[in-house]
Amino acid sequence: MAKVKGAVVVDTEQCKGCDLCVVACPSDVLSLSKEANAKGYNYSFMSSPDDCVGCAACAYVCPDACITVYKVKI
Amino acid sequence: MNIIDSANLVYRKTPVMTDLTMHYCPGCSHGVVHKLVAEVIDEMDIQDKTIGIAPVGCAVFAYKYIDIDWQQAAHGRAPALATAVKRLLPDRYVFTYQGDGDLAAIGTAETIHACNRGENIVIIFINNGIYGMTGGQMAPTTLDGMKTATSPSGRSVPLNGYPLDMTKLLAELDGTCYVTRQSVHSLGAVRKTKKALRKAFENSMLEKGTSVIEVVSTCNSGWKMTPDESNKWMVENMFPKYPMGDLKDR
Ligand SMILES: Cc1ncc(C[n+]2csc(CCOP(=O)(O)OP(=O)(O)O)c2C)c(N)n1
Ligand code: SF4
Ligand code: SF4
Repeated sequence: MAKVKGAVVVDTEQCKGCDLCVVACPSDVLSLSKEANAKGYNYSFMSSPDDCVGCAACAYVCPDACITVYKVKI
Repeated sequence: MNIIDSANLVYRKTPVMTDLTMHYCPGCSHGVVHKLVAEVIDEMDIQDKTIGIAPVGCAVFAYKYIDIDWQQAAHGRAPALATAVKRLLPDRYVFTYQGDGDLAAIGTAETIHACNRGENIVIIFINNGIYGMTGGQMAPTTLDGMKTATSPSGRSVPLNGYPLDMTKLLAELDGTCYVTRQSVHSLGAVRKTKKALRKAFENSMLEKGTSVIEVVSTCNSGWKMTPDESNKWMVENMFPKYPMGDLKDR
């Protein structure tokens, strides 16, 4: 059966740590980092990268267009 | 396996948005709506044929973020300015982008008359229930009982009147062709809002009249909640008064 695997790239300097992508992800892939970016925001990152299905829910709801999404069939 | 490769791209920031960091608070609905407007302009390939009218309010700098031609109107006057622009340049896609203070308070007359004349423009109406930019004061759209900077114990109908459903009023006017109410709090909602925006932009070239898209929105810093709490509060409290869906489509 064809499976999909996704990955996201977060623009960590543009991210404002609003948490909306974390909440929107159906696979609990994202978390806010303990590290802060130059503006002082705890940016989003893939804490469970293996679970990403590339659905782009996170990217659609991001108010600051910080997320780029990739997907492959394997 | 390398997933992160341009051949596998499914979503990226549209090039119709500029590289500037938007000044909006973290989690603000304005950012999502800006992005959707830019994506629709990108997909319709109308970047050089679109003119936006920026409001007074938090979105006053919208012209810095979407890479198209813009004018910036005095508070509430965006529909009047859009009327002039569209009549002088009828081959352009002309839209206003307005908050509820701008559209439903100081700009009530301009909004109603532009819609009643059936100007071939798109009106994007961001309803977050307060005056965001100036510090969260009560707006005509503020819900009954809702706490704001100028109604600290909650809006009181005997004192402040009823919350104003401008979109319902605009749907009654003969000049409007498409009136819809949407939101951007989830993947499904974002997709629907984008479809509505596209339809509205297309309508504006068909001489059908005015299209109005209300986006029921959050102002999490004004509401003094987290972005996620604001979305939940909006669904629970704003949606019963401002229900989702099309009010008119002709
Ligand atoms: C003629 C005039 N009156 C009042 C103001 C002050 N003012 C600036 S923004 C604003 C309200 C904006 O609220 P809204 O339209 O809801 O937009 P938001 O900031 O919530 O996005 C007011 C009253 C002004 N700039 N000009
Ligand atoms: S693409 Fe989908 S699965 Fe992957 S992080 Fe974003 S929301 Fe989660
Ligand atoms: S939605 Fe965007 S700005 Fe908010 S935490 Fe996620 S990546 Fe950052």
